[in-house]
Amino acid sequence: MSAEGRATRRGLLLGGLAVALILAGLVSAVASGAPDGLEAALHAGCAVDDAGDIVAGTCPARAARPHEVGGPFADYAIAGLGPGWGTALAGVGGVLLTFACGWAVFRLARRRPG
Amino acid sequence: MRTLALHISNGIVDGPTSLAFLLLAVAAGGWCVRRARRDLDDRLVPLAGLVAAFVFAVQMLNFPVLPGVSGHLLGGALAAALVGPWVGALCVSVVLVVQALVFADGGVTAIGLNVTNMALLHTAVAYAVLVLAARLLPRTPAAVAVAAGVAGWLATVVASQGFVLQYWLGGAAPLPGGLGALAATMGGLHALIGVGEGLITAGTVAAVARTRPDLVYALRGRPLPATAPAGSAA
Repeated sequence: MSAEGRATRRGLLLGGLAVALILAGLVSAVASGAPDGLEAALHAGCAVDDAGDIVAGTCPARAARPHEVGGPFADYAIAGLGPGWGTALAGVGGVLLTFACGWAVFRLARRRPG
Repeated sequence: MRTLALHISNGIVDGPTSLAFLLLAVAAGGWCVRRARRDLDDRLVPLAGLVAAFVFAVQMLNFPVLPGVSGHLLGGALAAALVGPWVGALCVSVVLVVQALVFADGGVTAIGLNVTNMALLHTAVAYAVLVLAARLLPRTPAAVAVAAGVAGWLATVVASQGFVLQYWLGGAAPLPGGLGALAATMGGLHALIGVGEGLITAGTVAAVARTRPDLVYALRGRPLPATAPAGSAA
């Protein structure tokens, strides 16, 4: 590939990553906090309080168990930071981590040149 | 603080069923790697990583569909349109694994369930629609964008029924309204969510196709229809 081609490709990559980082880091702040379709369907039949915990009724969501791992970044937050900064940094970190993991997986999987 | 659980948590579907779908997901993932090899050269590797990163980002952007209910992009259709079905399925799989292990979004034991619905089923259904569209429509950026949008909608609805099937096989708790009610609720909500998925997918594909059609997998293959009579300069 020509040097020019490589430069264009790198520019595209950085541009795409920038868009992803802005989406995850900034736009995520205005994302809806309502339960998504799966959550809503699983909670059908139960009454839920403001914190999202089940207070009455029977529904499939009652069977949910705490997460096996949890961790400092659980639920797209950073332990110790408020929801605003926490979600933004978790989003940025997640985008970079996913990019790195994806790149690694695909690099291992690719066909070798020659 | 409200928890942002977007994918199936652990405990919802029982152990044996979760394990069975984990094995299915691993086997399918292996097959995708084999088939993806043909497409994966050094040029596509970083782009595929970018698609995965982009899907991660957009999955964080819940949009309201009904009062008190939101939806978010699943991403298999977008991945299929941009990097093809094999690489696409792997992209979404990477996202789901990172989400489960690092962000507690989706149970670890539920990874197979989530991968099956969102990375395999969603991508496969979407790709089928794209293949069909390629036979019926001219392979232009606009047509591919529209096809990707429709693919995104249908794939989202089907993916929701994938969960219904999993629940039928191994749901831990009895359903108040029966399986039919779950299917109807999941299907109905995801028909709405699918509209968002379709619009985001179509819009993203259109944007990429307009500037870099060489980066849209769904535009590969047959050359774009000629706009000038054969023999004149392109």
